[in-house]
Amino acid sequence: MKDEHTVRSYDEELAHLTNLIARMGGLAEAQLEGAVQALIRRDSDLAGKVIAADVKVDEIEHEVHSFTVRLLALRQPVASDLRHIVGALKISGDLERIADYAANLAKRALVLNQIPPVRPTAGVPRLAKVVQEVIKDVLDAYIEQDDAKAIKVWRQDEEVDAMYTGLFRELITYMMEDPRNLTACIHLMFIAKNIERIGDHATNIAETIHFLVKGSPILESRPKGVSILPYPSDMPEDV
Amino acid sequence: MTSVASETYFQQNARAITGGIKVKSEDVNVYYGEKHALRHVNLDINANEVTALIGPSGCGKSTYLRCLNRMNDLIEGARVTGKILLDGQDIYDRELDVVQLRARVGMVFQKPNPFPKSIFDNVAYGPRIHGLATSQSDLEEIVLTSLEKAGLYNEVKDRMNEPGTGLSGGQQQRLCIARAIAVSPEVILMDEPCSALDPIATAKVEELIDELRENFTIVIVTHSMQQAARVSQRTAFFHLGELVEFGDTEQIFTNPQHKLTQGYITGRFG
Repeated sequence: MKDEHTVRSYDEELAHLTNLIARMGGLAEAQLEGAVQALIRRDSDLAGKVIAADVKVDEIEHEVHSFTVRLLALRQPVASDLRHIVGALKISGDLERIADYAANLAKRALVLNQIPPVRPTAGVPRLAKVVQEVIKDVLDAYIEQDDAKAIKVWRQDEEVDAMYTGLFRELITYMMEDPRNLTACIHLMFIAKNIERIGDHATNIAETIHFLVKGSPILESRPKGVSILPYPSDMPEDV
Repeated sequence: MTSVASETYFQQNARAITGGIKVKSEDVNVYYGEKHALRHVNLDINANEVTALIGPSGCGKSTYLRCLNRMNDLIEGARVTGKILLDGQDIYDRELDVVQLRARVGMVFQKPNPFPKSIFDNVAYGPRIHGLATSQSDLEEIVLTSLEKAGLYNEVKDRMNEPGTGLSGGQQQRLCIARAIAVSPEVILMDEPCSALDPIATAKVEELIDELRENFTIVIVTHSMQQAARVSQRTAFFHLGELVEFGDTEQIFTNPQHKLTQGYITGRFG
């Protein structure tokens, strides 16, 4: 069986959709990189650029939305085509959130650049590096339709959660040591949380990739690291 | 299955009125002379479900459909092997009365084919030849109920004596469905019943099919994938005389297991 549709323009449309997601993914990835660099290098110009560029990601998201609606209406896709289109719609939502978090990170970098640096700034880039890798891998998994790679990303979130929990405790210690650290540490806390949430969206994308490749959701529950909450692990994640 | 929930909305909907196996096919083969048109088909059709048969032209779906009420008997050189059991009874049994079988397993064709008779007589035809009515009022009752079940009564009640051929295409097809159900069949076979109808008439027939499954078991051959997806609970995909895949319609259209099924329903057939 050949892999192309009898109607060639349908293939072109699906390829266009994949390209839109790839472009959006690349942009979201760059936004995160820019925001992290703005934070590390205390570069307010770069932070400003990241904040301004967020609108580009939103634009592509809108384009993905209208394009998928059009494809659904005009092509009435089924099976793998349907999963591909629904998957793109879901992934665009996750990428848009990732870019939003990156923009928020840049905004907080602007604030942090106005005040003296605190020590744990080093822990944040470490967390960011891992999450950036995760994003890169999940985008590769999408382009290559590689389920094994997606599952690997999905499992990696445990590591991100563990790092975040460590950072959370570290920041609390600094805040208790010296209340003058409070402003910076609270911003860093939100930054860490945002990066951790970006990791969660990458996990969502990995789940979507699994669905669009295999046609079924991942049924096992994701491995969970140590929680920052003094409650059983089945508590809602959002804090 | 594809869903996290143990049973999806669609499955629950299908299960709600599904009975047991109505028609069981065991290793069914059909030969037209030398040509082996249908190969080793094993397929269970559930009562009160709509089973859709899909596949490219010449794949054997219509051949299989015609096996179910022995329409292939009428084709010269056609030979059927294997077993088809209707409620456990072999319909190819020599003792079996084919006329009785066709009363139990009715058929609606691609092109509406009303008799050149009045609307009333079209529907009354079956009950008359099968002697299902004991009196004229009994016969009228059967005709009216059948027309009602076919969703046609309100449109034709004032012109029962006009010719059936004077109705619109969609009405004619519903008249044929009324004619088929007038003899109280258990199974209704439909061979592309909407291919000659416009979208509105098609929607009416599809709505009717969904209502009819409460009382009948329906097997429908269709070239419209969307139609199979809309009306059926189970879908069978045929290719080159073989049954390639058979499963819940929801599964076939969201996550087909066979590459050929995937290729056919997504329009990637070479």
